[in-house]
Amino acid sequence: MAGLLHLHSTLLPSASLLRQRGGGGAQAAAPRRRRACRVEAKIREIFMPALSSTMTEGKIVAWNAAEGDRLSKGDPVVVVESDKADMDVETFHDGFLAAVLVPAGESAPVGSAIALLAESEEEIPLARSQAANLSSSSAAPPPATQETVPEESSLAPPPPPPPAPVAASAPSPATQGGARVVASPYAKKLAKELSVDLFSVTGSGPGGRVVAKDVEAAAASPTKAAAAPVAAARPDVPLGSTVPFTTMQGAVSKNMVESLAVPTFRVGYTITTDALDQLYKKIKSKGVTMTALLAKATAMALVQHPVVNSSCRDGQSFTYNSSINIAVAVAIDGGLITPVLQDADKLDIYTLSRKWKELVEKARAKQLQPQEYNSGTFTLSNLGMFGVDRFDAILPPGTGAIMAVGSSQPTVVGTKDGRIGMKNQMQVNVTADHRVIYGSDLAAFLQTLSKIIEDPKDLTF
Amino acid sequence: MSLSTAAVVAGGAVRPDAIRPADLRFCGLRREALGIRLLSASPQAAAAAKRKVLAAAATGNGAAGSGGFDYDLVIIGAGVGGHGAALHAVEKGLKTAIIEGDVVGGTCVNRGCVPSKALLAVSGRMRELQDEHHMKSLGLQVSSSGYDRQSVADHANNLASKIRSNLTNSMKSLGVDILTGFGTVVGKQKVRYGKVGFPDNEITARNIIIATGSVPFVPKGIEIDGKTVFTSDHALKLESVPDWIAIVGSGYIGLEFSDVYTALGSEVTFVEALDQLMPGFDPEIAKLAQRILINPRKIDYHTGVFASKITPAKNGKPVLIELIDAKTKEHKETLEVDAALIATGRAPFTKGLGLENMNVVTQRGFIPVDERMQVMDADGNAVPNLYCIGDANGKLMLAHAASAQGISVVEQISGKDNILNHLSIPAACFTHPEISMVGLTEPQAREQADQEGFEISVVKTSFKANTKALAENEGDGIAKMIYRPDTGEILGVHILGLHAADLIHEASNAIALGTRVQDIKLVVHAHPTLSEVLDELFKAAKVTGIPQAVSEPVAA
Repeated sequence: MAGLLHLHSTLLPSASLLRQRGGGGAQAAAPRRRRACRVEAKIREIFMPALSSTMTEGKIVAWNAAEGDRLSKGDPVVVVESDKADMDVETFHDGFLAAVLVPAGESAPVGSAIALLAESEEEIPLARSQAANLSSSSAAPPPATQETVPEESSLAPPPPPPPAPVAASAPSPATQGGARVVASPYAKKLAKELSVDLFSVTGSGPGGRVVAKDVEAAAASPTKAAAAPVAAARPDVPLGSTVPFTTMQGAVSKNMVESLAVPTFRVGYTITTDALDQLYKKIKSKGVTMTALLAKATAMALVQHPVVNSSCRDGQSFTYNSSINIAVAVAIDGGLITPVLQDADKLDIYTLSRKWKELVEKARAKQLQPQEYNSGTFTLSNLGMFGVDRFDAILPPGTGAIMAVGSSQPTVVGTKDGRIGMKNQMQVNVTADHRVIYGSDLAAFLQTLSKIIEDPKDLTF
Repeated sequence: MSLSTAAVVAGGAVRPDAIRPADLRFCGLRREALGIRLLSASPQAAAAAKRKVLAAAATGNGAAGSGGFDYDLVIIGAGVGGHGAALHAVEKGLKTAIIEGDVVGGTCVNRGCVPSKALLAVSGRMRELQDEHHMKSLGLQVSSSGYDRQSVADHANNLASKIRSNLTNSMKSLGVDILTGFGTVVGKQKVRYGKVGFPDNEITARNIIIATGSVPFVPKGIEIDGKTVFTSDHALKLESVPDWIAIVGSGYIGLEFSDVYTALGSEVTFVEALDQLMPGFDPEIAKLAQRILINPRKIDYHTGVFASKITPAKNGKPVLIELIDAKTKEHKETLEVDAALIATGRAPFTKGLGLENMNVVTQRGFIPVDERMQVMDADGNAVPNLYCIGDANGKLMLAHAASAQGISVVEQISGKDNILNHLSIPAACFTHPEISMVGLTEPQAREQADQEGFEISVVKTSFKANTKALAENEGDGIAKMIYRPDTGEILGVHILGLHAADLIHEASNAIALGTRVQDIKLVVHAHPTLSEVLDELFKAAKVTGIPQAVSEPVAA
């Protein structure tokens, strides 16, 4: 939780955040205290009371006040269902109900905060942002995983698919051209529970009515079109026409052509990732991504093999780079860019993850500065999330090597003691400039890298 | 609504001097209570009186009753109200005839309480059996529960037939003349009746009670076809169980039907004109009822809308219901459902009664009456010897209210003045769990308190605290009592929970007899029973006024 204090500036509190399950708010007690000290005005919490000696958690039946309402001390503000009865819970202070952390219908443990009470109207937005922090700090995956950028390796599950497009299925006769949908009461309830858009469900009931089983079917199989996380998954290419390159596409094309002048060779390696997967699982909640882990591992390996971090700029000499800057290839809308993690060997994994998140946001917003994408000394390219097992990448001019990472797949292997076992293995393939990097250099580097990945305890430093 | 047990009275006279005038303060039921106690003391007298009545009746039509009339009492309508009045009249020694143009038992027996309770019994069991979670928590396994629609319908029909014949027999055996035909008041103390195609008969009666009841009210714009768009009359025959039924009106009839239909596998949509569902209930009860009876079931609702037009299903198209905003009257949406039940209330059945002959004008069909159930004419005067009870007068459209009113009238025409205290009449809704109430709702009590300048207090208890309810794993429910902390007078009691309809009587008795909270606080309730819920209420109430000495010791 340490590194998340400054996040509130980038996260705008929104109604959807506030509607998230606030159950996690209870665990965020420590950082909340710290924030409360920072804020001068009083933003008090309304706690889930213990209505009986046996009560451990209570369900909120209904809120008697809405956000923004003025409350006086003693006003009943919420109705709570305990193991014995429904009780009205009063507020002990005057104020404004600034934010509801646990909505009606949900439960919270006794003692956890269920709402925020602001002393004055001006503090309501402040309280709301606090509420947003509480719910965001409890939401584990950082926003990056929801983006359409494939910077995560295949080990992480594909990011949640964007909502199914309305045009995906033929509109049912009951929708009258999309104006309204005829759905039975139970279908409507289920759609709300399972977060299914009724307009996208084809009805099988009488008259094309949407019935419960249609909603259940729709919830079980989200449309295939949305499975691919990349924004360009369904590009609308104008078939039969000729479209000139954009600037970025032009640059990419130029670089690729230039690379033809470089003598390259490729070395592949299979790395077992079981230990890395475990580590990832452990520190995922702290905002660490697979990209960051791989970049860190690569950087640490490069420390031991500096020649792989070198390049040949003029065709005559080695340029030994002083920093290890890992550039990671990222597909963005309409193109390809390589944000750079500077001094990747010197930063700890958490800082590296944070920096990566910032870079990706900037890349999406097309706000990367030149040195943020030009200064790479070693490049990483990952197509594992598509299930690609191996590929080789084209060496970007000005660098010495690029590593293509495939997906990690469970593989049947023969172990040293003569048994057959199952390990997660991924194939990496490095393309290097033979003018400066020789076969043995590369092979040694890969050996070191695989050792680091297979025993990743040092990665967390 | 429930049929009060067919009047238990088995004939027998009451000694007039045993009733103290002071009792006039309370409702007629107190009198009744005392009356019954006295009856049991003299079985021989009762038997003798019965023989006397039978002898009188055996003399047949046209013979002199008392004072030259054919009958002492003629009741138009043999429904619950008429039946209750008839039995009590016989007990009082009155020569009685009852005119029925359709079927004995009226709405309650044939198209109301009786068949609906049969269906609700089935739906209650169905719901229990299908609630796997509930069964599992009790350690039970139930494999595939199902039902046969025709058998369920037959159960309801058979029950209606049985009760109908019970009612008929009870009246016949007591010597009440059952006259078939539609009755009309043709003049003072004169009634004509006859069947279509037969000549009319005219009879004279010292007193006439109109008890013609009510029919389901169908707002205009709604086309009834009896199959896909229907009222409770048709629904109780259970000719089909639709997949999706819209119920127009969320009062107790609509609510009970939603219970039946959802238990049998339908999905329900309520269409309610007011902004809240279940507008007639105490708001706190309505809120909890929504959480228990509506939210977890396959029910959704539209409030604040009228169904301006309903077209039955034909040619494969579903039933179309056009909804308009109740205030702005603009079109809101059109529902397409398999069936629609119109449960928008009941309209009095008072056409063709000849009331104009008595200068009586109905108000929206209801016959205006005073607190003694005497019919009021257009000039605001009570019409002598003409009474109206039950749904036809609209005072309290419940079966047991009708019979209580009938008994009150018979008391009056037997010489004892009687004013029925309607606030002591309980009402119940037989959903699962049941809802019952007696007296005022909290808002009504507050209004009265503000107007008359007294304080009210409210105590509540949850069924979750009741051992028996928890043993049954039916802890959902609440009971609340509104009372005056200064005098201990009970103003209203509302219960939502298991067997609420049975539990309410302790409270309605208390209100009827004028029992105060402090008098009833120490009464012992058996443990573990659901009645302890009421015990909790009484014990939790705090009466701050000067306690009065209790006339009889209540607890040992």
